[in-house]
Amino acid sequence: MISRREFLQAGLAASALVGASGFGGWSRLAAQQSLTQDQLLQFDDFGNVTLIHITDIHAQTKPIWFREPSVNLGVGEARGRPPHVTGSEFLETFGIKPGSAEAYALTSEDFVALARGYGRMGGLDRVATVVKAIRAARPEALLLDGGDTWHGSLVSLETRGQDMVDAMNLLGVEAMTSHWEWTFGAERVKEIVETLPFPFLGANIFDVEWDEPAFEPYAIFERGGARVAVIGQAFPYMPVANPRWMFPGYSFGIRQERMQEMVDEVRAEGADLVVCLSHNGFDVDHKMAGQVSGIDVILSGHTHDAIPEPVLVGETIIIASGSNGKFVSRVDLDVRDGRMMGFRHKLIPIFSDVIAPDAEMAALVDGHRAPFKASLEEVVGRTESLLYRRGNFNGTWDDVICDAIRSERDAQIALSPGVRWGPTLLPGDPITREDIHNVASMTYGRCYRTEMTGETLKTVMEDVADNIFNTDPYYQQGGDMVRVGGMSYRIDVSAPMGSRISDLALSDTGEALEAGKSYTVAGWASVNEGTEGPQIWDVIESHIRKLGTVNRPPSDTVTVVGA
Amino acid sequence: MKLTRRALLAFGAGGLAAAALPFRAMARTLDEAMAAFSGGAAPAEGGLTLTAPEIAENGNTVPVTVSAPGAVEIAIWAAGNPSPDVATFRFGPAAGSQTASTRIRLAKTQDVVAMAKMADGSVVKAQATVKVTIGGCGG
Repeated sequence: MISRREFLQAGLAASALVGASGFGGWSRLAAQQSLTQDQLLQFDDFGNVTLIHITDIHAQTKPIWFREPSVNLGVGEARGRPPHVTGSEFLETFGIKPGSAEAYALTSEDFVALARGYGRMGGLDRVATVVKAIRAARPEALLLDGGDTWHGSLVSLETRGQDMVDAMNLLGVEAMTSHWEWTFGAERVKEIVETLPFPFLGANIFDVEWDEPAFEPYAIFERGGARVAVIGQAFPYMPVANPRWMFPGYSFGIRQERMQEMVDEVRAEGADLVVCLSHNGFDVDHKMAGQVSGIDVILSGHTHDAIPEPVLVGETIIIASGSNGKFVSRVDLDVRDGRMMGFRHKLIPIFSDVIAPDAEMAALVDGHRAPFKASLEEVVGRTESLLYRRGNFNGTWDDVICDAIRSERDAQIALSPGVRWGPTLLPGDPITREDIHNVASMTYGRCYRTEMTGETLKTVMEDVADNIFNTDPYYQQGGDMVRVGGMSYRIDVSAPMGSRISDLALSDTGEALEAGKSYTVAGWASVNEGTEGPQIWDVIESHIRKLGTVNRPPSDTVTVVGA
Repeated sequence: MKLTRRALLAFGAGGLAAAALPFRAMARTLDEAMAAFSGGAAPAEGGLTLTAPEIAENGNTVPVTVSAPGAVEIAIWAAGNPSPDVATFRFGPAAGSQTASTRIRLAKTQDVVAMAKMADGSVVKAQATVKVTIGGCGG
């Protein structure tokens, strides 16, 4: 175990950079009751360039609960390396006091009690206040959005992302990259991009037919007397992890050689600082930082990790800014003589009870919500359990969803996608239609019902497991394990592909799955065109209405070994 | 998360390959093909760039590029296909560059292997694993 000071210093020791991170400062200064906005925003200006990073907001415009994972396993070289530390180990790694505001924001430890004490996090009106405050101190600060912005709520689904587009325009985003944006379809993406006052970057987005670049790869900004190049990297596995038929004309991929070409190109154009605005996911970014030379800063998105200090790979710093509007990263840089000499960083937690809402943003958000207000706020049921999703295996929200699928669709086995979005509800919370959409909203949410053999189920599980636990990050897709209901299994995360999954059984009876036998299976988020069935949010709502009160202890159907 | 038609096709092909195994004696193995290309020379690393996606977006049409400055011939094989031969490109003295791109079909996750023969008869080799996946669970 390395201590917090050693974590950043160990990286710095091997580099010529001068660096500091200010996440810890405010909490030690302030007792829980006296957190103030000024303390959260406190930052000693440094250098000449400021970056502001937001990412993976998933259309969460209002403050939410969001429990960070208790299980977030790394494999291969990433084993035990941030972000693959959780709970008390995370607290020890970064020197965070149990029960502190940081512990609440960054881990799952004692989550319910701390949530009640520290309140909800996020909210675009609070984010706007923070961005405005940074810009007041640093008028030339560059605001960059890592994508997964337009998707994730009832309002964004109904407006096809327009609420978020308008909010990001008001916030003053200056460049973005993408992932779930594409699930509104290529036509809608193009329609929005034409209206954006900033570039929609993706060096790795190519035309399928001609295999030629299809979007602007980078943009160059003059800030603080320096030329700052921002290279966009969209989610590499768009057509694999999401429905290809929604954007058939585009190809993605990691395309490491293309990234190197772009870095060389912007350096040749005189860039003093090279920033990669990435939706690769953290482990992919970590590998890329070691393979591509000349990137100073990677603003990392996709895997929803919130890391309180920059991670150094050689002379590249990687910034992971969390998800759902919980955090805003401020990175001050000293850029001189064509290179980055040093940095100062702070992962600013958006405590919604501490940071004042910005009236202008609040009005915009409420304006978009108004037509759907009654529907959003309709109470469908109540929960007595903590309902959360994030983590490598089933969360309790997924257990409820799998219960709903099995019950409403009369299936032996339920499959639910291992997405990392979806906020949390506390015991005692009402469950509104908005809450259900927050964990289920998507443009391909039909709940199918089919039959699969035991052999097929095993293949599906192995396939998904390799997308998470392949030891080469370039083969990882950045999601969590598919959630299952009605089926138990054992997984050896360090076994090779094809031999991780065993002991598949029907969890109700304990009966082992037979390779040649067929089982009824229902699930949602199929990538196949023309999938039939009711919308998943209607399935969940119907189930919760019948229950009235949800009481769902965590399932124990997954046995994990090899971690 | 549902098994796609694409994956079911892949399954079908896998079953077929197994069923057809006795006939595969007709197709030469990867080792035989490589030995025939290299003339038995031990291949070196470096000097040949093989660019392929880590995960195929569509296993039926996977873009692959090979580039080996100074090569007179470059061959590509798909190690896991029922027949591993994919393509051999020959470059004449007037060729402006020794680079070729094509799209290949991959039945399942496997290594794509390339070899380039230089003017002096030396041989270099490169390979890359391309995953053909069911997909559908990225978050």
